Amino acid sequence: MNVHFTEEQKMLQQAFREFAEEYLAPNAAKWDEDHSCPTELFPLVGELGVLGIFVPEEYGGVGLGHVERIIAMEEFGRVSAGFTTFLFAHQLAVGGMNDFGTEEQKKQYLPGMCDGTAIWSLAVTEPGGGTDLYNHKVTAEKDGDDYILNGRKCFLTNSHNCDYCIVTAKTGTDAKGRNVLSAFIVPMDNEGIKPGRLENKSGMRGSLTGDMILTNCRVPASAMLGKDGQGAQIALKEIGEIGRASMSAICVGIMKACIEEGVKFANDRIIYGKPLAKIQAIQWHIAEMRLNYEIGRALIYRAACYKDEGQATTLWNGMAKLFATRAAVESAQHCIELMGGYGVITEYPVDRYMRDALAAISPGGTNEVHKMVIAADTLKTFA
Amino acid sequence: MNIVVCVKPVPDPEQYDKLRLDPVTKRLVREGIDSIVNPTDKNALEAGLALRDKFGGKVIVVAMCPDFNAPQIKECLAMGADEAYILSDRAFGGADTFATSYTLVQGFKKIGIEADIVLGGNESADGATSQMISQIGEWMELPHVSNIIEMEVEDGVAKVKKKTPNGYVAYEVELPAVIGIARGANKPRMVTAMGVIKSKNKPLTIYGKADLDVDEKYIGLPGSPTQPGSFIEPDMARAGVKIEGEPEEIADKIIDVIKKSGYQL
Repeated sequence: MNVHFTEEQKMLQQAFREFAEEYLAPNAAKWDEDHSCPTELFPLVGELGVLGIFVPEEYGGVGLGHVERIIAMEEFGRVSAGFTTFLFAHQLAVGGMNDFGTEEQKKQYLPGMCDGTAIWSLAVTEPGGGTDLYNHKVTAEKDGDDYILNGRKCFLTNSHNCDYCIVTAKTGTDAKGRNVLSAFIVPMDNEGIKPGRLENKSGMRGSLTGDMILTNCRVPASAMLGKDGQGAQIALKEIGEIGRASMSAICVGIMKACIEEGVKFANDRIIYGKPLAKIQAIQWHIAEMRLNYEIGRALIYRAACYKDEGQATTLWNGMAKLFATRAAVESAQHCIELMGGYGVITEYPVDRYMRDALAAISPGGTNEVHKMVIAADTLKTFA
Repeated sequence: MNIVVCVKPVPDPEQYDKLRLDPVTKRLVREGIDSIVNPTDKNALEAGLALRDKFGGKVIVVAMCPDFNAPQIKECLAMGADEAYILSDRAFGGADTFATSYTLVQGFKKIGIEADIVLGGNESADGATSQMISQIGEWMELPHVSNIIEMEVEDGVAKVKKKTPNGYVAYEVELPAVIGIARGANKPRMVTAMGVIKSKNKPLTIYGKADLDVDEKYIGLPGSPTQPGSFIEPDMARAGVKIEGEPEEIADKIIDVIKKSGYQL
């Protein structure tokens, strides 16, 4: 693991930052206010190379890795957490296709996933819960050469603007009576699938999150992603390694935005004849925000390095997400306290940072789940 | 088509509040300020890339700058330029537009470019002299035109529109020529991840004074006809004066102060 970015990574960081400043920053507040998702920018992000940055070139990707992907998530997250959520929800499916697709599926779908021709989503969570995969209710029954899917998925991002949806569904039970899940590629022009309720989120607005309803949704057996019974593995791997890592990176971006906003305010605001920044109590807020940012950053890039090295990342992505989501909320609070009354005036972006940080806590596994993972590993490693 | 684009790394205009002048050397102190590619040079690069995309050939970026500005030149390669050259030597430092244009043209000779067109930004964000294009044209004994907002090339002729205060003037310029592209003439393409990867394998060559056939009289600060004179930093300090007395008395005193400052009441 290298603690410094390579020359190439620095150039990518600059390119992603410039893109974020030009295309995201001017409208981030509007997307938040309107709860709208700017899908028109999606092909441009494809052209930039972010959508398929970790996909091999032969499938239309850039052939880089997850450190580079996280650089993009951090830079975009700093400006618009909602828009970045829209992107990484698509990347959950990109990861699934890249990791589990057949050669034919990869050649058919990955180029369009990378260049932004088609928006994808991954539907795993159900009203009964996200983590409890083995009690999920959506079914896929074999019918000749087809499968017929029925049930309701919820809390999936890109529910109302995707062109394809990867759906996990129960295809049987194992010897212990637990669900056997499989994953299916479902185009949204299939008459058996349609978006349901659209959630009105408090944060991460700029992405659309809602239900997906499956009613006698018939797909051919060739639409199965991975092998029969690999659905849980696909869900856990992509949500665990791409979803959690992205959410953490977005939160690190939020923390950076809080520092920038706080420092600017502290330098500009004059009180008792001197800038706010000269007051030690204000400096404590600045110091806490910086500490949060640097620790969060160290964790997310460490996890991304491990991912690129092919090592297990569950522990590190869990620690990164637990810390980064908490720290982002804390940093937004520091920034609000530093700014006094202005901190909660919506003319400033800090109120949005706080709502985005809060909305990042639950998706991809709650903090309690991450603590279980961290504790299990620690009890084993340090015994 | 051989397209040469002259590029200058400049201090990031977003950080101009940190810029200061060295009172001894009378030059900009750039430490602690990020460099960027001069924004208008990106317009020139975009114009060059568009010509290459249409007619084929290659885009060659040439910059006279310290070698620590290599990242800005690599950015040009990531945007799509095919090769780049940096002319870097302490002896080139402090050059005005006369010396810089001379050095660049000597650089072209060293590189051995038979340029069909030489492009550059109309002006730099820091110096903003707008002199480089015409001076390069004079050194090369080629036609030159600046402040171009539109350009079409056809049958060896560049049909251009030169921005004027009231509109534009259309010219037809026989190539080879030197053309200054105005800000806003186009939208420079973004640097993509694939562009960054490809830039790694593109040639970036650094030449020093010893590599070029240059006349010492025309390079660097000593070779620059423009020498900075004295400069004055405005005193931005403000001090309040407390005027005491009865209201009418205070009002009279204020009027006196205003009159003494030269304002007519």
